[in-house]
Amino acid sequence: MIRRFLDMPNDSTQKTIFVAAVLCLVCSVLVSGAAVALKPIQNANKALDKKRNILQIAGLVQEGKTVDEMFSQVEPKVVDLATGEYVTDIDAATYDARAAAVDPKQNVVLTKEQDIASIKRRSKYATVYLARDAAGKVSKIILPVSGYGLWSTLHGFMALAEDASTITGFGFYEHAETPGLGGEVDNPAWKAQWSGKQLFDEQGNIAVDIVKSAAPDSPYQIDALSGATLTGNGVENLVHFWAGEDGFGPYLQKARSGGEL
Amino acid sequence: MSETRKVLVDPLVDNNPITLQILGICSALAVTSSLKNSLLMAIALTAVLAFSNASISAIRNHIPSNIRIIVQMTIIASLVIVVDQIMRAYAYDTAKQLSVFVGLIITNCIVMGRAEAYAMKNGVGMSFMDGIGNGLGYSLLLIVVAFFRELFGSGTLFGFEILKLTKNGGWYEPNGLMLLPPSAFFIIGLIIWAIRTWKPEQVEQPDFKIHEQHALGDR
Amino acid sequence: MEAMLSLFFKAVFVENMALTFFLGMCTFIAISKKISTAIGLGVAVMVVQMITVPANNLILNMFLKENVLLAGVDLRFLGLISYIGVIAAMVQILEMVLDKFFPALYNALGVFLPLITVNCAILGGSLFMVERDYTFSESVVYGVGSGFGWALAIVALAGVREKLKYSDVPAGLQGLGIIFITVGLMSLGFMAFSGIQL
Repeated sequence: MIRRFLDMPNDSTQKTIFVAAVLCLVCSVLVSGAAVALKPIQNANKALDKKRNILQIAGLVQEGKTVDEMFSQVEPKVVDLATGEYVTDIDAATYDARAAAVDPKQNVVLTKEQDIASIKRRSKYATVYLARDAAGKVSKIILPVSGYGLWSTLHGFMALAEDASTITGFGFYEHAETPGLGGEVDNPAWKAQWSGKQLFDEQGNIAVDIVKSAAPDSPYQIDALSGATLTGNGVENLVHFWAGEDGFGPYLQKARSGGEL
Repeated sequence: MSETRKVLVDPLVDNNPITLQILGICSALAVTSSLKNSLLMAIALTAVLAFSNASISAIRNHIPSNIRIIVQMTIIASLVIVVDQIMRAYAYDTAKQLSVFVGLIITNCIVMGRAEAYAMKNGVGMSFMDGIGNGLGYSLLLIVVAFFRELFGSGTLFGFEILKLTKNGGWYEPNGLMLLPPSAFFIIGLIIWAIRTWKPEQVEQPDFKIHEQHALGDR
Repeated sequence: MEAMLSLFFKAVFVENMALTFFLGMCTFIAISKKISTAIGLGVAVMVVQMITVPANNLILNMFLKENVLLAGVDLRFLGLISYIGVIAAMVQILEMVLDKFFPALYNALGVFLPLITVNCAILGGSLFMVERDYTFSESVVYGVGSGFGWALAIVALAGVREKLKYSDVPAGLQGLGIIFITVGLMSLGFMAFSGIQL
């Protein structure tokens, strides 16, 4: 049977169709086989990567423990950004805010005035991560943030202390800024500046700012990156956006006024 | 020189796919700002090239000529997807940084070019070797470019600090230009210059000779 | 509207396919000897890009994304092969349509059309569209913009090369070498557009 097809002249219609069909069959088995067999490893990698980023930015990494062990003290929760309330009918472990942000059913399109971080749309709900200390008390609130820098959208996390204003860690896990200039947002020395700064002033207004030659003892000022004004502006805008009314503002307001975390 | 050895060694310098055949410059240059990314990219391309050459050569006598291109494309695309999936599973961080450039191996002219020029006419074993050889030629150039870019751009190799940077209390102020896209062009241009000075037979004939008129006048 | 305009200019200048992402380099360098052929190829790339990016956007949103074809099925791993298939098919269809209805344009572009299938700028355009989650209308604008940017770059390079052949270049740098250096300088020039926000 196969012999008969192989013996046909190469350019006959039957042989063309036969070769095309066999090729498609072989290739689809190969591709789907690889995709299906490797899917679990890929998903595990993705989840692990995200957990590792959260732990690193929040400063919860401990020597000699696996990521999953360390992550056991962190609890994801889904927040309705408009009201600042927790949403209980969505599984926080599987909710994907980045996918929701591009799904018209689950996102909010931002107006030009609202959209200072240039992200165009955000998801209705977002996942926050609560880290608990040994006694089970919330010690850190970790918020996902994102916004446009110079070249790319920066994605990162900001960790706040239990007062929902003192920054304890800040960093990006994904961006494509110019290496050596805007890419210095990854510089540990620069990231360390954020620790201990106050996101809000005493009146509850957003106060943290990136300025040239910041006063070292100021509780609100971060030194700008040299040669990366636009990336710096982008970072400042995204912090202001996510701390503001259209971001986690309502949620943080509640947390600051002593609401249950 | 035995035939196999020739097929394997020739593309390294004498017939390098990038510096002489102008093939496959596309996707590669954007990934050369770090040595690790380049190495993985080079391995991915060499694997795709060798296996696509071998499989196209294996069925070369049964490919109808009017669907030839699409048959080659399908084989190459399937192999690229498999490589992409494997990288996502076992080299997640690098795969994330390479993003679309792994997928762009499909349109890398080296792969199509070698399939068409070599694999369609030669046996399976030799085609496989030709794939490895051209892959190595490509890898060699990629790694040389990445070596210079990473060393002078960030003072590191494979992420290990070689030149101590001023910001870490050392002496080396990194050259930011090296990390930007244009530097890859300059480095390749200079490598081509170096190779052609070493092997003058590769020099292209200029379209016009400036001093010819002058010389004629003198005579 | 404003957002679309800004996306267009970004695709043309700030994120130029050829000069900031190195895409379509083989054809970019091989077929930029004369301005007239460069214009022909540039237009062809623009037309194909304008059709394939939105077409692939539809393929992605209607077939490949999770849960759209069948609940619980994520076919995104088939992306690459579908996009290249769409591109090859589109190029073929375009060739036939041009041949039938616009023979003059077909004769002008004819030789370049098949080359476009293996131009990484085309596949790159579709892959960036996927990566950045463009909507359908955004993908139309991005397709036109990135195609136009590529065309602009190749015409500019051809202009430089037409002058370059009269200049006295060191022997080893003759040809390919000096072209790489020229493209590097052009790319450096395009860096000046970075960070422009409209």
